[in-house]
Amino acid sequence: MDSNSSGERYLPDTVQESVKILVVGGFGVGKSTLIGSVSEIAPLRTEEALTQAGADVDDLRGVDDKSTTTVALDFGRLTLSEHVVLYLFGAPGQRRFWDQWVSLATGAIGVVLLVDPRRITDAFDVLDQLEEKVDAPLLVAANQFDDAPVYSGSEIRQSLTLPDDVPVIGCDARNRSSCLTVLASLIQHAHSAHSPKALR
Amino acid sequence: MIGDDGRRRRPVPTYVVTGGRTLPTRNALSVHTLLIAVPERPLPPEAGGEQRALVSMCAGLLSVAEAAAHLELPVSVVTVLASDLVDSGHLHTRAHTAAPSRGLLEEVLHGLQQLR
Repeated sequence: MDSNSSGERYLPDTVQESVKILVVGGFGVGKSTLIGSVSEIAPLRTEEALTQAGADVDDLRGVDDKSTTTVALDFGRLTLSEHVVLYLFGAPGQRRFWDQWVSLATGAIGVVLLVDPRRITDAFDVLDQLEEKVDAPLLVAANQFDDAPVYSGSEIRQSLTLPDDVPVIGCDARNRSSCLTVLASLIQHAHSAHSPKALR
Repeated sequence: MIGDDGRRRRPVPTYVVTGGRTLPTRNALSVHTLLIAVPERPLPPEAGGEQRALVSMCAGLLSVAEAAAHLELPVSVVTVLASDLVDSGHLHTRAHTAAPSRGLLEEVLHGLQQLR
């Protein structure tokens, strides 16, 4: 039984807090698939201007003007309790989108870096950016494509020279339960990284 | 009749609302900030089409990003519009959490485990 009514636009009025998780990774790595697997609403997409300078804002309908570079932002939603809603935002990892997702990562309770085991070193650049500019807790998830070699967590950790405190897990972005495990692991990590001295 | 201070009587065209600004100046809205219209505070007749569409989209609780996607407007534009409508008392926001407490993380985790 599908307990999620995908036609439901609005949240229950009891919801008081919203949190977000950023899912970042290269094109075709499965970000939109992951978001679609867990979202209670049909995943939404909005265009975001990359550079507002020179954009003609007189007519808001004109923002799709060819001179404006835009990035598509995919997102989904999970109502977790009467009180809390979680949003998942997917962002492409390419260099030209960095400013976009670094700002999206601001205020995120965590970041999932989704990697393709067949092209694992593609994630190097993104990792550098994350380490340099993003404070949010990070988890690396390897989307286990059917024809991809299966690497262990420690092999992936080694190829990406990840610090020991960054969790690495495998997942199937098409599988709801697998994706929920990824998100839960990230939150567990965020929780354990939440040192008492950071509490006020 | 808008605002007890009477300062918002004049129409505010969209190009004035967003003109030259790419970031809201007064209140910090994020993509996941939740918005809801204030029903007892209708927009003045001179309000712009985008403001009207946004307030009507916020008849129920939803995020800045959802409002933008449904209205087919960029998030940055909706953020600026919503920011002004919050200032003028036509939209309310609910907390978007940037630095979650352990308790909130536990609630999120519990929610995810329930769905699994």
